Amino acid sequence: MSLSARETADGVRSGQRTTRSVVEEVFRRADEVGAGKDGLNIVLHEDREASLREADLRDGKSGASYLVNPNARPLKGVPVYVKDNIATTTLRTTCGSRILADYVSPYDATVVARLRKAGALIVGKTNMDEFAMGSSTENSAYGPTKNPIDPTRVPGGSSGGSAAAVASGMVRIALGSETGGSVRQPASFCGIVGVKPTYGRVSRYGLVAFASSLDQVGVFGRTVDDAALGLQAIAGPDPRDATSSPIEPQAYHAAQHDSLEGLVIGRPREYFPDSLDPRIRDICDQAIERLKSLGAEVCDVSLPHTSLAIPVYYIVAPAEASSNLARFDGVRYGLRLSGDGLEGMYEATRSNGFGPEVTRRILLGTYVLSAGYYDAYYRKAMAIRGLIRRDFEQVFAAGVHVLLTPTAPTTAFKLGAISDPYEMYMSDIFTATANLAGIPGMSVPAGAVEGLPVGVQFLASHFDEYRMFVAAYALERAIAGGAV
Amino acid sequence: MVVGLEVHVHLLTKTKLFCPCSTEFGATPNANTCPVCLALPGALPVLNEAAVRLAARAAYALGCTVHEDSVFARKNYFYPDLPKGYQISQFDRPLATDGRLALEDGADEARSVRIHRVHMEEDAGKSVHDRYAGSTAIDLNRSGTPLIEIVSEPDLRSAADAGAFLRRLKQILEYTEVSDANMEEGSLRVDANISTRGPGASTLGTKTEIKNMNSFSGVERALEVEFARQCALLERGERVVQQTMLWDAGSGTVRPARSKEESHDYRYFPEPDLPPLRLTREWLASVRTDLPELPAARRQRFVESFSLPAYDADVLTATRDLADYFEAVVASGAEAKVAANWVMGEVLARLKDAGIGIRELAARPAQLGVLLAMVRDGAVSHSAAKAIFAQMAKTGEDPAVIADREGLRQVGDDSQLSAWIDGVLAAHPDEAGRFLAGEKKLQGVLVGMVMKASGGKADPKKVNQLLAGRVAT
Ligand SMILES: [Zn+2]
Repeated sequence: MSLSARETADGVRSGQRTTRSVVEEVFRRADEVGAGKDGLNIVLHEDREASLREADLRDGKSGASYLVNPNARPLKGVPVYVKDNIATTTLRTTCGSRILADYVSPYDATVVARLRKAGALIVGKTNMDEFAMGSSTENSAYGPTKNPIDPTRVPGGSSGGSAAAVASGMVRIALGSETGGSVRQPASFCGIVGVKPTYGRVSRYGLVAFASSLDQVGVFGRTVDDAALGLQAIAGPDPRDATSSPIEPQAYHAAQHDSLEGLVIGRPREYFPDSLDPRIRDICDQAIERLKSLGAEVCDVSLPHTSLAIPVYYIVAPAEASSNLARFDGVRYGLRLSGDGLEGMYEATRSNGFGPEVTRRILLGTYVLSAGYYDAYYRKAMAIRGLIRRDFEQVFAAGVHVLLTPTAPTTAFKLGAISDPYEMYMSDIFTATANLAGIPGMSVPAGAVEGLPVGVQFLASHFDEYRMFVAAYALERAIAGGAV
Repeated sequence: MVVGLEVHVHLLTKTKLFCPCSTEFGATPNANTCPVCLALPGALPVLNEAAVRLAARAAYALGCTVHEDSVFARKNYFYPDLPKGYQISQFDRPLATDGRLALEDGADEARSVRIHRVHMEEDAGKSVHDRYAGSTAIDLNRSGTPLIEIVSEPDLRSAADAGAFLRRLKQILEYTEVSDANMEEGSLRVDANISTRGPGASTLGTKTEIKNMNSFSGVERALEVEFARQCALLERGERVVQQTMLWDAGSGTVRPARSKEESHDYRYFPEPDLPPLRLTREWLASVRTDLPELPAARRQRFVESFSLPAYDADVLTATRDLADYFEAVVASGAEAKVAANWVMGEVLARLKDAGIGIRELAARPAQLGVLLAMVRDGAVSHSAAKAIFAQMAKTGEDPAVIADREGLRQVGDDSQLSAWIDGVLAAHPDEAGRFLAGEKKLQGVLVGMVMKASGGKADPKKVNQLLAGRVAT
């Protein structure tokens, strides 16, 4: 997609472009890059004819649309791919799992309904690690997605399909979901922008739950502006989600300032350990210099409980997952395999329906919630989670507006290179903290190592996505302008 | 016998606990469902405030402390009619704790039962095993309907007390309009924990839990049977095994549940889809203020304000509607004891005969008040009033209309009465002579004759007066 989301919407609104031509470009590009199963394996479900019919319908209706207030349809005619764990009535929602192979939701997720209302078209559902459990999109029951920048490598995960759809130029905006870094880490691996909003900023209604207290729908954009427009369209309170916040969203697309005078950026030392790849450290330091040159004040800060994030995450997330995934029991929808009686049906359905990583996490989660282990694991993890959150609150209360860290400890790794689950889990070491604390975070492309993209991460205080976007817009512009 | 009860009560909300589906009973299977109560992927619960209000009202009516902060928790277990694979309930932070229910009015604390806790939870759906041969059908209309669970301390010492506890609890739940608390229809369910200990023993024996009772008397019988079983075991020197027993009302026996029907590790943890429930003091105060007069207070007031015997107060306050009816009759001018006798007599008899509730009775309390005033003023006789009421109860017509149409008004007019008296005295000269000569005991016989001559319409009081007047002259 050569035009930005904003340009596409403007073009369709003014009649310079038809919705059909936009959608045709998406599918043409998808064919060029090989988005299908035999290629990069980005798209799990699409209905091109239906999408083109929908585009024609929109074009037919929009005779005098240039008169329409752009605020009413900010994404008019903008095509969007949606991760396959977000419910859509028009396409299947399989969560990358066999257990939901043929499942079609009878309702749209709130974020999908809001995208449609904003004028966007849902052109397909993207591949993902099964039930969002993974950091490489290799855990999909429908095969791994490959990184468009180097197809021998993973796109990151779990929202790898959506990241690859944006990175390969098929669309400017795609939806992913985050539980521990599943948008930011693939954004870093694919060289695009990925935003994880504050917990409660975006409705979870219709996002198939992995770990309810950590999950949040996220947005990929080719540029910061694409991501800002995408987030703008889906953010805000939802009466269907009791954990969504009544705090109204800010105008993220307005966060473009020439100067960063007055912005205080913290550099948390725990995110720059001695073991960090020095080339990634250099890219972060360059980004800091660029932001400084725009007037930002930078200071060193400490978040002492950072190293506990991964252990805490791998107790809390599987515990909630073990309960959230209990509904996939073969009774009402999805896969059902018969076995000996009721117990046999449950066993056959679930052991065949779930892949090994999902099974591992269900077992782990069941274990940590069991009588006699709850206090030692879950209760203790929740207490430490509180400390991690307090670390951030103290730093932000001390006057720091935005934190800058590496997004991931590595660049995109080779497909199949990591087989040890624990090593894979460490891929989220810099991102899981934001989910545990509930704060917003985003990854912005900031350089490359051996031709592979590296993102830097901005973290901000609860519901202060605006300042995060201020820093992101500024960094993106500085890099594009070449100024250091 | 040491007994504690766990009572599940359906709340009278229009919609379910976490979704807008109707709670209406008897709809087509799975008609009252939506993505939330079907547990479709991605659906989320949203708490129904009306349910919280009813739960808090019940808790206050049971004398509990209602907490400003409570927490919903997931109770995890697999069952086909439990669509999410967990039930949203409350665990270590329940809505309310530390209440008390008196088994007798004004009794000392020994005759009251402590309430351990009251918490909110959702109901499961229904498995239907007998509809389709070889398979089980699932009806999720009930899935997500709001319940409270009321847990008593093990303070009950007899089956009769357990029955009394349940009847009083039901009455309170009806008065507060929290629930219709109908065990036969499943809107109230009881599980009983029972253990046995010798006289003077201070430690509790091993308990068993009895389930599957479907009436209050069934609970009483099940407790007696299980108590006898435990006593027999202990007398033989055997031990009571902690287990779940199922009551079979048909055979009047208990049998151990299969091990699958008990001993789960429910893996409770705080429900992450719902923030902790935070109730403001103002909100709680408003629930408390809205609490209606409770049965015990009303019984006491009936005794004190209306000078009614305790028995009458008990009968008249059996339901809130009946008590309201009685009070409305009194408010329309009737004397309290007279109104009480009529409500307990004619009114209840009519309800029983017709198999209806007081709300469906055609005769409204103000009309009954008018009828009682007519009796007091001598416009109709007591027996005529009964006949009039029998018609009012069916048609709702005003008593005066019925009295006029049926010619049931008493005649109190002196000249008419004197004419009847003259006729009777003339027809019975012997009795007339003796009466007029001073044989006063004949007055009753003569009144009876006059009544007969008048076809029952003469006002007996006036007839008496007139007859007595004849002797004096
Ligand atoms: Zn529902």
